[in-house]
Amino acid sequence: MELEKVDEIVERNDAAPSMLIAMLQEIQSEYNYLPKDALKRVAGKLGVPLSRVYSVANFYKAFSLVPRGRHLVQTCLGTACHVRGAYKVLEQLQRTLDVKPGGTTDDQGFSLEVVNCLGACALGPVVVIDGEYHGKMTVSKVESVLKDYKTREVSE
Amino acid sequence: MKRLRSASELEELRKSLLAGRDPSQPMIAVCSTTGCSASGAKTVVAALQRELVSQGLENKIGLKATGCHGFCERGPIVVMYPQKIFYQQVKEEDVPEIVSRTVVNGEVVDHLLYKDPTTGETIAFEEEIPFYKKQMRILYANNGKIDPTSIEDYIYLGGYSALSKVLFTMTPDQVVETIKRSRLRGRGGAGFLTGRKWEVARQAPGEVKYVICNADEGDPGAFMDRSLLEANPHSVLEGIIIGAYAVGANEGYIYVRNEYPLAVKHVGIAIEQAQAYGLLGEDILGSGFDFHFRISRGGGAFVCGEETALLASVEGLCGEPRPRPPFPAVKGLWGRPTVLNNVKTWANVPHIINRGADWYASIGTEKSKGTMVFSLVGKINNTGLVEVPMGIKLRELIYDIGGGIPGGKKFKAVQTGGPSGGCIPDSLLDLPVDYEALTKAGSIMGSGGMIVMDENTCMVDVARYFLNFTREESCGKCTPCREGIERMHQILTAICEGRGQEGDIEWLEELGHVAQDAAFCQLGKTAPNPVLTTIRYFRDEYEAHIKDKKCPAGVCRALIRYFVVEDKCTGCGLCRRNCPENAISGKKKQPHVIDAEKCIRCGLCFDLCKFDAIGVE
Repeated sequence: MELEKVDEIVERNDAAPSMLIAMLQEIQSEYNYLPKDALKRVAGKLGVPLSRVYSVANFYKAFSLVPRGRHLVQTCLGTACHVRGAYKVLEQLQRTLDVKPGGTTDDQGFSLEVVNCLGACALGPVVVIDGEYHGKMTVSKVESVLKDYKTREVSE
Repeated sequence: MKRLRSASELEELRKSLLAGRDPSQPMIAVCSTTGCSASGAKTVVAALQRELVSQGLENKIGLKATGCHGFCERGPIVVMYPQKIFYQQVKEEDVPEIVSRTVVNGEVVDHLLYKDPTTGETIAFEEEIPFYKKQMRILYANNGKIDPTSIEDYIYLGGYSALSKVLFTMTPDQVVETIKRSRLRGRGGAGFLTGRKWEVARQAPGEVKYVICNADEGDPGAFMDRSLLEANPHSVLEGIIIGAYAVGANEGYIYVRNEYPLAVKHVGIAIEQAQAYGLLGEDILGSGFDFHFRISRGGGAFVCGEETALLASVEGLCGEPRPRPPFPAVKGLWGRPTVLNNVKTWANVPHIINRGADWYASIGTEKSKGTMVFSLVGKINNTGLVEVPMGIKLRELIYDIGGGIPGGKKFKAVQTGGPSGGCIPDSLLDLPVDYEALTKAGSIMGSGGMIVMDENTCMVDVARYFLNFTREESCGKCTPCREGIERMHQILTAICEGRGQEGDIEWLEELGHVAQDAAFCQLGKTAPNPVLTTIRYFRDEYEAHIKDKKCPAGVCRALIRYFVVEDKCTGCGLCRRNCPENAISGKKKQPHVIDAEKCIRCGLCFDLCKFDAIGVE
C-alpha cells in the first residue's frame, strides 16, 4: 500500500499528536476508510503507541476501519425524522440493499450508515446519498431513489 | 484587503462601504444554507444567474446567496430588495417569472407568496407572516441580509464595532463586569452565568489561557448553532475575540461537528478574512492584543458536547469526560484556564457590548435574560428556527409561531433539551419558557431543540428512542451510565415488544434515579430524563403497553396490526405487488386481505395506499 499520502498528511499537521483526529479525518477522505497500515504509519510517525491511534479511530463515529462502498447512504435518525417514521425508511433500505447499518453491499456498491440529525428537520425523514439530500422520504420512495444511483453508475 | 491598524481605520472602511452601496438598488437574496439548499436553492441561484444574463440585467441587479431565514419549511426562500418581497418554495421554473415580473416590472408574483392557512390571505412581507410576528430577532436579525462569506457585508452593518469599542475604551475587567451585569447565561443548556465563568478564568493564575467555542451541536433535532455559523460566522467570531480579551486568552478553538461541512467552510473563510483585515491574529486593530484562532473538527461523538470530553477531543484524545471540579475555567485545555461557551452565547456578546448590559437585562424573565433560539421541529406546521424572548409561553411558540399540528391531529407533548431533556404535556402549555420553569417541569432548556409530538407519537417509543441514543453515545467510562442506561433500554424494549411486566415502571424509575445521582458526567446524569418525564406525564401509556399489551398511538410494532378497510379498498393491487413478505392477497377489483401471520408490519402498504384503505390498530 502506498503510504506517501499518509506521510504528507502527518507532516502537514506538524506531526503533532494533538492533531491526531484531524489527521485521521484527512486520511479517511483520501482512502475512503482508515487502512490498518496507515494507522501503523501514523503511530510510528507520531511516536505514540498504535493502541492510542486505534482507540481514537474506534471511538469516533466518523471513522470507518473497513472499506466503504462507492455510494454512501446516510439515513438520518434524528428525533424529528424518528417521529415522522424514519425507522421504517431505514428498514426498507436494509431490505432493499440487503445490508445492515454500518455494512457495505457485497458488490461494494452501497454503504449504509445511520446519522444523528443532519439538521434538515423540515425535510424529514431525510436520506443523504453521496451528499445529496432526499427529503420527505417514504418507504415506497426508497427503491426508486436507489435505482437512480445504480443507473447513473451504469451510464457512467 | 488592507490591514486595519486602528479603530478609526475600521470606521473609515465602514464609511466607504456605506458610501459605495445604494440600499435602494434592486437585489435578489436567496437563502443558501443547508435547509434551503437541500430543497433546491442551488438550482434556483443558477437559474437566476442565467436568466439575469439572458435579459442583460446581470450588472444592474445584485444577486446574493445569504444565510438562513429560519422558515425552513418554506424553503427555498428568495427575498426581493428593496421592496423586501418574500417568496417561498421557489422552484427553478419560477425564475423567469420572478425576473420578468418583479425585477423588470416591479410586480408581485402572487403564487409565490406565503398564504396564511387560516385566513387564506397572501402575505408579501416577512415581518407580517405569523411565523415571524412574535419573534424577537437579535442574533438572527442579519442572517438574511448578509452574504456569510463576505466580511464587508458584516462590517457594513456595524460588525466588529463592539470589538473596537472593547479594545480601545474598556479594560478586560470592565468587559467581564458588563457581561455579568447583563445576566447572560450559557446557551449550551446548563445555563451557568457567562460573566461569572469569565471572571473565574480571568482571575485564575497562569499566563496561558484559552477560549473555546462549543459548536458540537449533537442534540438530534437541533440545528440553531449550525445555522448561525453558516449564516453569520463573523458575529460569533467577534464575540469570541471579545471574550478572549476579557479573560486574557491569546489562543482559541472552535470545535465544530464534522457533519456540518458548510459551517466549517464558512467559519474557515471568516477566520481568513478577519486575519487579513487585522481583526484576528497579531496586534488586533493596532491595540497590541494578540489572538490566534483555529478550527477543530469533531469526530461524531455526542459526548464531546460535554465540556471536559470536548477538551480531551481538542487535545487529540478519545472524548471521555473527567470529573469536575476543577472546572475548565480553572484547569481546562492542557491544564490551563479555559472558557468554553456555546455558539449562541458568544454571538450575544457583541450585542451586549454595543447596546449595553441594561438593555439586555431588560429582555426576558427575572432569571433568564435575552432571547433564545429554538429549532421547532417534528409534528408541526412551520418547521424552522425561531428566536424569541425568554419567558414566552410554549403555547405561543407552538401555535402562534409554529402554526399548530399538521393534519388536524391533536397535540400530545413537546420535547425540549434533546436526549437530556424531557417531554412536556399539553396541561403545561402555558408554561413560560425559561431555565427554571423547564427544570421544574422535569425537562431542561438545553441548547434549543424543541420537538413537537402529536397523538400518533408513542411516548414509550420516544423514551426508548432517546435511551437508545444515549446508550450508543455513552463513552462507557462509568457504570451507572454504561450499565444502567443499557438496562433501562432493555426494559423499555421489552415493554414496546409486548413483554412488559408489572413492576417495570418502578424499575425504570429506580434505575433512572441512580444514574441521575451517580453518573460521572451530564450525559449520564440527564439521560434518564426522557424516561422519567414520560412516566410522570404519560404513565397510562406505559400501563396500556404492559397490562393491555396495546400501543395507543399505533407505533409499537409488536402491539399493532394492519388491516384492510374493506369498503375503501378498490382492489388496485398496489399493496399486494409491493408487500415484501407477500402477505397481502386478493383478486383484482376485490377487497384485499392481509395475512397477520406473514405481516412484518413494515407499513409499506399503509404508506402506498391511495385510498386510505389500510388501517392500523
